[in-house]
Amino acid sequence: MSLRHQTGPYFGSFGGRFVPESLIAALDELDAAYSAAKADPAFAAELAELHRTYTGRPSIITEARRFAEHAGGARVILKREDLNHTGSHKINNVLGQALLARRLGKTRIIAETGAGQHGVASATAAALFGLECVVYMGEVDTERQALNVARMKLLGAQVVPVTTGSRTLKDAINEALRDWVANVESTHYLLGTVAGPHPFPAMVRDFHSVIGVEAREQVLALTGRLPDVIAACVGGGSNAMGIFHPFLDDESVRLVGLEAAGDGVDTPFHAATITKGRPGVLHGAKSLMLQDADGQTMESHSISAGLDYPGVGPEHAWLAEIGRAEYRGVTDAQAMAALRLLSRTEGIIPAIETAHALHGALELGRELGPSGIVLVNLSGRGDKDMETAARYFGLIDAEAAARAAEHEAGR
Amino acid sequence: MIASAVERVIRRRVDAGSGALVGYLPVGFPDLGTSVEAAVALVENGVDVVELGLPYSDPVMDGLAIQRATQTALQNGFRLAHGFQAVERIRARVDAPVLVMTYWNPVLQYGVERFAADLESAGGAGLITPDLIPDEADDWLAASDEHGLDRVFLAAPSSSPARMQQAVASSRGFVYAVSTMGITGARADVDAAARSVIARLREAGSTSACVGLGISTSDQVRDVLSYADGAIVGSRLVSALADGGVSAVAAVAAELAAGTD
Repeated sequence: MSLRHQTGPYFGSFGGRFVPESLIAALDELDAAYSAAKADPAFAAELAELHRTYTGRPSIITEARRFAEHAGGARVILKREDLNHTGSHKINNVLGQALLARRLGKTRIIAETGAGQHGVASATAAALFGLECVVYMGEVDTERQALNVARMKLLGAQVVPVTTGSRTLKDAINEALRDWVANVESTHYLLGTVAGPHPFPAMVRDFHSVIGVEAREQVLALTGRLPDVIAACVGGGSNAMGIFHPFLDDESVRLVGLEAAGDGVDTPFHAATITKGRPGVLHGAKSLMLQDADGQTMESHSISAGLDYPGVGPEHAWLAEIGRAEYRGVTDAQAMAALRLLSRTEGIIPAIETAHALHGALELGRELGPSGIVLVNLSGRGDKDMETAARYFGLIDAEAAARAAEHEAGR
Repeated sequence: MIASAVERVIRRRVDAGSGALVGYLPVGFPDLGTSVEAAVALVENGVDVVELGLPYSDPVMDGLAIQRATQTALQNGFRLAHGFQAVERIRARVDAPVLVMTYWNPVLQYGVERFAADLESAGGAGLITPDLIPDEADDWLAASDEHGLDRVFLAAPSSSPARMQQAVASSRGFVYAVSTMGITGARADVDAAARSVIARLREAGSTSACVGLGISTSDQVRDVLSYADGAIVGSRLVSALADGGVSAVAAVAAELAAGTD
């Protein structure tokens, strides 16, 4: 059976549509529009042209030779999604959905965001297409990602801090769903990951599969063969699905998703949904999730806002269940060490999310030895994380920063 | 087929020339005991059917008033077991059917069959499931038949004729007609959409359809009951409980019940 041709609504026993009846008509409409777009060469051509002239696709691959010295001598190849416009893979999905929103005649898009990367990409597409844009962001995240809030505002989006629940990504999704229920006629919900009700998981995956399609050709051209293993970080799971998907039927290629283990998967402070979660329903789909015995969603924890989510896309839950993909936890400390290592060995500062995949690559390379090839999805750049990283590594002179703040306040 | 307790109550009120008043309150807000007293007060002041909400961490159909209350209940230690206890305690005090309103994941985690069995034992009438559509409900359809429980599915202004028919065919007790495209919360106008949803449910064969979302005054109750079989009030009652305790809930229930005269 081909694993690559799953179109939902179910991936094994995962997926479906667990949403209020009010949204079903909109999901049906979206499903029909997406099916029509998939069959329309003009849609694919328009998206490809946008990617060529706006996103900067194809993104290159970079062989990380000095980094690889720390990975057991295996070859480590980076797929450079960090070089896309807006600085991460998120733009792939956003442009696809924005084109669909325009086809549907919607004038307004709403989005949820954790780290702010999907919010920035959505605000960017809204500016490009002349759409109204509202981004829901947990109040906690607006504080830890203040720079991205400013970016979204500069792009003309309205950023709404969500003050209910745990005030993080999951609550931002709840609030976006509430907005969508009330405004579905004018509004497209531009969901940012491979989660949510059908058709989002399959559609978002398809829009990101350009990552894997390009990387497969590029690695073949560079090395003459397929990689032994692909490493990608997993929060909701969009960049990982994007790079995994074209390889699903290549049995020789191991697929490894790296989840945020926070303080460790055996502590209460992690976001390792597949490693530690149980099947349940959250945000419109049946998948794995972190929850208590009563089915109340538990708060997740990660130094990376983009992986700080107690759910995961249903296709990942299925790939884990059938054993096609493996998932491992990477702690905050391991990820931050990998972030610093890539910065110092290759001159590339990755996003903290991506650093989880890089730690995975170090482990996997050591397991494979010198004959191995590891392909890593370098899903985002680290600019947005400089404040967190500077604080973590003690790179900011605290007194000087305080004096600067005083000076600023005194003006 | 024999009418369920909820259907009988609604029918009795409709036959008498009016319709039923359904009142919502969450379990465990502000604490278990007070929520039981408040539900009892609803019935003693003219509410015909109690809709008892189970607090949930991610209530996507609820507006701020209910979100705040259910979040408080969770912070104050609400557990699923309290839901069954509350049903039992309310049923021991007053003779009105009690429907439980719950998002789907708590039922899934408890076990659909086990949940149905325990709800039946507690004397509950059935479930209202805001994020479960009949398409995804095979286990619940079977368990509710097995245990003789009502199952209330939603119908929205955006629902297609085929989905209206499915809602009518799958529901027992009543069909929950969503009055507007939105979430729970008091509104000045209950949409004209409500009238249209009810008309379309009638075309699909419904004899028991109640309107919810946005209803907060006795005039709105009276207006809704002129075309629907029941009116569902939630946020107004929850706000009353938050601001003035059980006595305020009793007063608001009595005021709303005047709309059913």
